[in-house]
Amino acid sequence: MASLRYDGISGTMKPAQFDYAVPNTVEEAARLLAESNGDGKIIAGGQSLMPMINFRLVKPSILIDVNRIAGLNRIELVGKRVRIGATVRHHQTASDPLIAKHLPVVHDAMQHVAHVTVRNRGTFCGSVAHADPAAEMPMVTRFLDGTIIALSIRGERRIPAADFFVGSLVNSLEPDEMVLAVEIDVMPDEAGWGFEEFAKRHGDFALAAFAATLRMDNGRARDVRIGMMGVGEVPLRLPEIEEILEETELSQAVLQAVAEKLNDILTPNTDIHASADYRRHLSGVLAKRALRSAWVRAGGRKEATNG
Amino acid sequence: MVEKTITVGVNGMSYTRTVEPRMLLSDFLRQELTLTGTHVGCEHGVCGACTVLLDGRSVRSCLTLAVQVDGSEIETIEGQGEIDRLGRVQEAFRQHHGLQCGFCTPGFIMAVTDLLRHHPLESDEQIREALSGNICRCTGYENIVNAVRELARERGPLT
Ligand SMILES: Cc1cc2nc3c(=O)[nH]c(=O)nc-3n(C[C@H](O)[C@H](O)[C@H](O)COP(=O)(O)OP(=O)(O)OC[C@H]3O[C@@H](n4cnc5c(N)ncnc54)[C@H](O)[C@@H]3O)c2cc1C
Ligand code: FES
Ligand code: FES
Repeated sequence: MASLRYDGISGTMKPAQFDYAVPNTVEEAARLLAESNGDGKIIAGGQSLMPMINFRLVKPSILIDVNRIAGLNRIELVGKRVRIGATVRHHQTASDPLIAKHLPVVHDAMQHVAHVTVRNRGTFCGSVAHADPAAEMPMVTRFLDGTIIALSIRGERRIPAADFFVGSLVNSLEPDEMVLAVEIDVMPDEAGWGFEEFAKRHGDFALAAFAATLRMDNGRARDVRIGMMGVGEVPLRLPEIEEILEETELSQAVLQAVAEKLNDILTPNTDIHASADYRRHLSGVLAKRALRSAWVRAGGRKEATNG
Repeated sequence: MVEKTITVGVNGMSYTRTVEPRMLLSDFLRQELTLTGTHVGCEHGVCGACTVLLDGRSVRSCLTLAVQVDGSEIETIEGQGEIDRLGRVQEAFRQHHGLQCGFCTPGFIMAVTDLLRHHPLESDEQIREALSGNICRCTGYENIVNAVRELARERGPLT
């Protein structure tokens, strides 16, 4: 009865019923999560969870809102790692000086995430927990080999990103575990990086994205890391591509070899947005652009890769 | 399911209500407070029609629960101006014909209010990117961009 809904008296509700708790400490949040016996959900920014709740795709018995827990909204340098707390919002990450200095590829990737209004609420850790295979923060966390710090009433557990993303929208948290923070090693000061993505409209989920970091040693690429998203069930790190680039001088021929290898190894889906073939082609194009940027930023000559 | 009593500031007025946790902020504004200027289009975060300010930052009210804003300040289109005394952003949209049917307009006005407070808006590209979270089916956006360009010029660079 649509007419009942917006006439100023209480009408129907979109979501199914749930209870709501606002813990003040992480210990309390972990306890509430444990007590919910797997039916509870943490809510951070709500920018992915609320659409699913509105569609009743998710019907939690209780929502545990971590937004009022003090101290979780910080980005800190802990030794040689940048630690991003559970309620750090996208707009914070986008403009944070520590991120810009120590994780410039994360800074660049963040500029592609959603729209201003969504970034005002959405969180880094919420995005990682959500594990969307076309989301930028899971991708950078994976290819930079970050660590997810999980908390439950049983204590803390450190989960390497390589073991965290296990499927599309599936992570390896136990039902009673929440993400406390994500930690990522700082990039070396001399490292070059490139991040390229293609989306149909700014802020939409990407059809594909490609990221690279490397440093230069005697005119050759070293410590090459390659990440991709939008082309598989999980965010990818691609050792096959890293091998091609390691200890080479970047050239047209090397870039071509990368594009061909991507074409061989990637198995993207065809969906309403793009075909698998288109995504494979796009991957090669984005790879070339990102690698050129990374190479030049690491101190390489531009001419080597042009032509 | 336990109902919660919340106190929320909306456009400078304080309201106390008891609501179910599942009540969306958009429905709270429209149904409980009869502030129907906040529109709902998609109700899953895509269109931006429901944009309001929460403690000074734009948010999608359809992706926010009323219980989450207990103790917070909300600004909606109703606080922006009156028919015979439009707010500055409203006036710029009117002058530049930045609206036709007006369905998307409250969301745009609130989003632009946040943009003017927090974002550089130095080029048309930046303006278009900043507006990308709001959908308009009528205007083709050109006149909205024109209005925002004028507002950004008038404001000057962010300090
Ligand atoms: C219109 C629109 C466009 C978008 N475009 C993009 C885009 O281009 N790129 C992109 O990456 N994202 C995009 N997003 C998603 C956005 O970035 C989300 O904010 C983000 O994916 C989820 O973060 P959140 O804090 O909102 O999480 P929530 O929605 O609160 O939670 C998401 C999931 O993670 C779980 N969760 C959250 N925090 C924790 C925690 N601390 N511990 C355990 N579990 C937790 C929740 O239970 C839920 O299952 C878009 C969203 C919208 C609405
Ligand atoms: S109604 Fe909230 S974004 Fe469309
Ligand atoms: S004016 Fe009609 S949707 Fe924008």
